[in-house]
Amino acid sequence: MADRPQGTAKAGDNRPKLSLHVPEPKFRPGDAVDFSHIEVPEAGAQPRPDETTDPKDMLDFAHGLIRVLGEDNKAHGPWDPKLDPETLRTMLGHMAMTRAFDERMFRGQRQGKTSFYMKCTGEEATSVSASMALAADDMVFPSYRQQGILIQRGYPMIEMINQIYSNRGDKLKGRQLPIMYSSKEHSFFTISGNLATQTPQAVGWAMASAIKGDSRIAATWVGEGSTAEGDFHSACLFATVYNAPVILNVVNNQWAISSFSGFAGAERATFAARGVGYGIASLRVDGNDPLACYAAEQWAANRARANAGPTLIEFFSYRAEGHSTSDDPSGYRSAQERDEWPLGDPVMRLKNHLIEIGEWDEERQEKMDLEAAEYVKKTTKEAEENGILGHGLHHPFRTMFEDVFEELPWHLKEQAEQAIHERETKFPEGLPNGGKGA
Amino acid sequence: MSDTATKTAPAAEEGTERRLNMIEAINDALDVSMGRDENIVIMGEDVGYFGGVFRCTAGLQQKYGKSRVFDTPISECGIIAAAVGMGAYGLRPVPEIQFADYIYPGLDQLISEAARLRYRSAAEYTAPITVRSPFGGGIFGGQTHSQSPEAIFAHVSGLKTVIPATPYDAKGLLISAIEDNDPVIFFEPKRIYNGPFSGYYDKPVEPWKRFDASVVPEGHYKIPLGKARYAMQGDELTILAYGTMVHVVEAVCREKGVEADIVDLRTIVPVDIETIEESVKKTGRCLIVHEATRTAGFGAELSALVTERCFYHLEAPVERVTGFDTPYPHSLEWAYFPGPIRIGEALDKILSE
Repeated sequence: MADRPQGTAKAGDNRPKLSLHVPEPKFRPGDAVDFSHIEVPEAGAQPRPDETTDPKDMLDFAHGLIRVLGEDNKAHGPWDPKLDPETLRTMLGHMAMTRAFDERMFRGQRQGKTSFYMKCTGEEATSVSASMALAADDMVFPSYRQQGILIQRGYPMIEMINQIYSNRGDKLKGRQLPIMYSSKEHSFFTISGNLATQTPQAVGWAMASAIKGDSRIAATWVGEGSTAEGDFHSACLFATVYNAPVILNVVNNQWAISSFSGFAGAERATFAARGVGYGIASLRVDGNDPLACYAAEQWAANRARANAGPTLIEFFSYRAEGHSTSDDPSGYRSAQERDEWPLGDPVMRLKNHLIEIGEWDEERQEKMDLEAAEYVKKTTKEAEENGILGHGLHHPFRTMFEDVFEELPWHLKEQAEQAIHERETKFPEGLPNGGKGA
Repeated sequence: MSDTATKTAPAAEEGTERRLNMIEAINDALDVSMGRDENIVIMGEDVGYFGGVFRCTAGLQQKYGKSRVFDTPISECGIIAAAVGMGAYGLRPVPEIQFADYIYPGLDQLISEAARLRYRSAAEYTAPITVRSPFGGGIFGGQTHSQSPEAIFAHVSGLKTVIPATPYDAKGLLISAIEDNDPVIFFEPKRIYNGPFSGYYDKPVEPWKRFDASVVPEGHYKIPLGKARYAMQGDELTILAYGTMVHVVEAVCREKGVEADIVDLRTIVPVDIETIEESVKKTGRCLIVHEATRTAGFGAELSALVTERCFYHLEAPVERVTGFDTPYPHSLEWAYFPGPIRIGEALDKILSE
């Protein structure tokens, strides 16, 4: 190769320079918020395909937005699940209870009663309404923000609080971070702190149900941010390959701690569109519309139960509060976002709908909210009798070494003895609290 | 069970006993288990119609049907995760990871999920799954078909790790693993699938059928997890090994005329500390041999255990013979492998002190 004369351009100098795109949310703290770029179709505008439709014949549903409740607070179109007023009031009640629970637990964390809490404010419909469309024994594999499912399924609230306090009443023996519930009795899988791991597990459970000729289906929930994990893609692949009776619910609440949905790919495609490439029926749904959430989940459940395959649902919603008690959203996003969110608040929308159809009024709402708050308060007090985090009323000490394996192997026996010795050295006069938490 | 596993068998009369290689023994364990328990399912890459790249699942799909033995996408994360979900349902999955080197995409599902379900749910949910995977080198597999990653799994609380060294053990241990209610990693030393290995790669493989340990009874039997066996017994020193290396050290000892207790650990978690202590306190010398890389390998744990528990019985420092801390090289495979020279020199050193 010939030498280049000194001082001339290097190879490629006349090509345009490349630049890296790093996504940036539209609004940061202090910014005026304008969500007019978000397309919000008329409620009732979307057709409702048959549940056994071939995924390639319903591609538009991955890009549209299924909506039932309109600005007029009426239910519109073929997706209206036509629930009776009593069921609607039950739904509203579960959502209000979930919100009251969140308020109290958040405050409890601030008061030092526990280490951590996560609210689902603004996203109640994505768990409560969706869960109501499933059978009580359908298996759910939730992420950490579906407390509404437990409330809807009638899991005793005191158990939730005991878990949050890691107290001696905690069925999980104080081993899990607060809100990582588990209840086999309620077909509710043990929540992992590792993200999206539950999604392919749900598919595996659904495959098992199909292997056994069972009629139960599985449903899993994952945040839009966590769809970035490889596990989510394994879930989609296994679901489509084995035509598993499973529902993959993606709650797109726009934010993953401080990272907006653009870091999970939202600038390029919807999350529902992820299902399209896998040949999975995919629905994009107004996640703040409780009737649309119910209807979409019901559609997917009917599809799964008919052996017609999996469904991916994107619930388009908004995380109205911080990620958890550990972050302050005013540090990374505009405070106006919550008020400007074009899809409103799910509790308000369902309440207004019930009022609109003459089945509810402000007085009853006020009474219901008050009763919910009172119930949570009373239950919290009951739970506090079992102790709060760090006050010594936890599970017996020996339980620390249990359940690593079914049986205790020699090395854990030795380590348990060491731990007991340390305990006795620290408390030579006997254990605090009269040994109640020993 | 004979404690001289690889000793040449006395001339056996045809038809009086069944002799299997390790692949056949594993296949037999799966077959027996599936016949006894309808909740056992097998899945993995190429395990169905084809019967597995090493043939361990041959014939099982035909016998038990496609919903119990099936191929999977090339997604170890998905395979392990699906097994966890199936376990939560009530099945007893036995997934195969085609090579241990491929297991890493499934690590989060093993470490954070399968191994932790029982603890985090206070035993509401468990993961009664057995992950089978061929491991180890010596077959010119290059760096992605030769690794011995057992130490990674030994380090995880909530996982058991099992490594058989003979066909008889492979069947009995695999049945135990499958019936265990906790997740088990079952590493199959693929170098000895067809016959034990002396460490001399230039000599032809002697098929298992010539050795007593290939006598594999029909039907159901178990070898308990966490129990070692003496592959050979002697007073001069204790050698702790598992998998392929059991046979290599045995061959070297026979060649050099060393009378060693060769302890085939069979299970590394939980490890059989009683047998280790019993032997080391008797011999006063301990050599640890594994094929995996050296630093933070399972030999380091064994060395620490022996030093902590048997120090005043030791007449020489504990020695380790291991693979080198390099990836497993393709062309220089036998330079990596802890063969007769490395083992022989370590024996000379430890016996001279």
